[in-house]
Amino acid sequence: MRMRPVAGVMLRQFYLMRGSPARVLPMFAWVAIDIVLWGFITRYLGSVAGTRVNFVASLLGAVLMWDFFTRIMQGVTTAFLEDVWSRNFLNFFATPLAISEYLTGLIATSILASLVGLSVMLVLASTVFGLSFFALGLALVPFLLILFLFGIALGVLATALVLRLGPASEWMVWPLPALISPFVGVFYPLATLPAWMRAVAHALPPSYVFQDMRAIVAGRAFAVGPLIGGIVLALAQIALCTLFFVRVYRYAVRTGLLARYSAESAN
Amino acid sequence: MQNVLDASELCKSYGSLVAVDHVSFSVARGEIVGLLGPNGAGKTTIINMLLGVLAPSSGSIHIAGRDLALERARALERTNFAAVYAALPGNLTVAQNLRVFALIYAIRNAGVRVDELVREFDLERLAHTKCGVLSSGEQTRVALAKAMLNRPELLLLDEPTASLDPSAAQAMRAHIRELARVSGCGILWTSHNMYEVEQVCERVLFLSRGRILLEGDPRRLPAAHGSRTLEELFIHLAREPLDAQQARGPS
Repeated sequence: MRMRPVAGVMLRQFYLMRGSPARVLPMFAWVAIDIVLWGFITRYLGSVAGTRVNFVASLLGAVLMWDFFTRIMQGVTTAFLEDVWSRNFLNFFATPLAISEYLTGLIATSILASLVGLSVMLVLASTVFGLSFFALGLALVPFLLILFLFGIALGVLATALVLRLGPASEWMVWPLPALISPFVGVFYPLATLPAWMRAVAHALPPSYVFQDMRAIVAGRAFAVGPLIGGIVLALAQIALCTLFFVRVYRYAVRTGLLARYSAESAN
Repeated sequence: MQNVLDASELCKSYGSLVAVDHVSFSVARGEIVGLLGPNGAGKTTIINMLLGVLAPSSGSIHIAGRDLALERARALERTNFAAVYAALPGNLTVAQNLRVFALIYAIRNAGVRVDELVREFDLERLAHTKCGVLSSGEQTRVALAKAMLNRPELLLLDEPTASLDPSAAQAMRAHIRELARVSGCGILWTSHNMYEVEQVCERVLFLSRGRILLEGDPRRLPAAHGSRTLEELFIHLAREPLDAQQARGPS
């Protein structure tokens, strides 16, 4: 893989963000709104329940983790959609740019943007509501890693869907995290779910994060095995989603779909 | 002359619809070849196949000796294009777009090359203007500057002067002819302007219904086929295509 083309994809996104507050603001705004909303909800629940349950760590922590995952996923997707919106496919894909270089550029952009969002999240949650992510200890590393890897996998899947189904299918991309959230038990134990939903949950790496996070908050030891399994699962899903993207790309090249994204017609 | 492009037996079908039907042609280094034909003849399909964004159903494409199907990146490193339907992203400035594409083409000293092209295409005044607000003529100049970033051996121009006024179009034609002369790159040029084709192209390919009907010198072809002008020949071919087997071949 060549680094200059990857840098080119990233530079384009950097220019877009630098010149547009409308693109930069969502990196902070939704995160901040979620923190404020859930921060006060946890404060209220805490006042009602007393000190028996640590709502700040379990609810607000879960919200922040989920926001982090969503930012990663949407970061990949939005970077891709920028090329859809500006009809840039022909310009990009008629160059020596390899698919691996293009996807790496999108993912790297998403990582950098999400880290900015994560920093804001941490500062706001710890200073205003007293949440310390570091109370999760070393487990925080695999937690964030799993969410990060799964965010990439879902982002790549979403871009492949838009490439295959056309620009109008953009609406399908945004609710994907919301569609997944009931299955992964962001706010409740998986045991709450019916059997078929638990079966789905086992195929979704974030399930392992939220299960273990609740265990830590409740003062129990967290299970290392499921976390390793979650990492392996997320890596496998990245590989599968990348293969799916490549397959869709080849289909688009074969059928003229890619050319039609920019050109008036494929004759 | 050594060929920079060899397209052999290119076919493209969509189900039962045959868009390009066993088309073979070449472009030599420094040569400007016109690809002519009525709307729907298959010109853009051929350009898309040469750019690697549309896979041929069969046939092969070699760019500077590299098989596009097997060595896509190496073949496209030597190619570039400008088309009216592929404007550069309007939400970046001229300089930003050129820098991004310089990196995409993995050009060393990208900043130096961008500065050279900004000067060469008289874009200094527009360097920090977003491409989306440029006039058609200015956008064409930017697209051509982008197309020259990697010093291509093969340049594909799909109606490059379509949205230009006569004066700007004449200046652009002169500029492109000079580029071909100085850089030695082969150019495949599509246009509906027959005057322009006569001015610029050394050879033309007449395409109709996905097949090449005629090939030859645009200044000699009309007389050889009983027409007074290239435009008259174009209209005649578009309405009553010759038998391809009978008509093709240098006049």
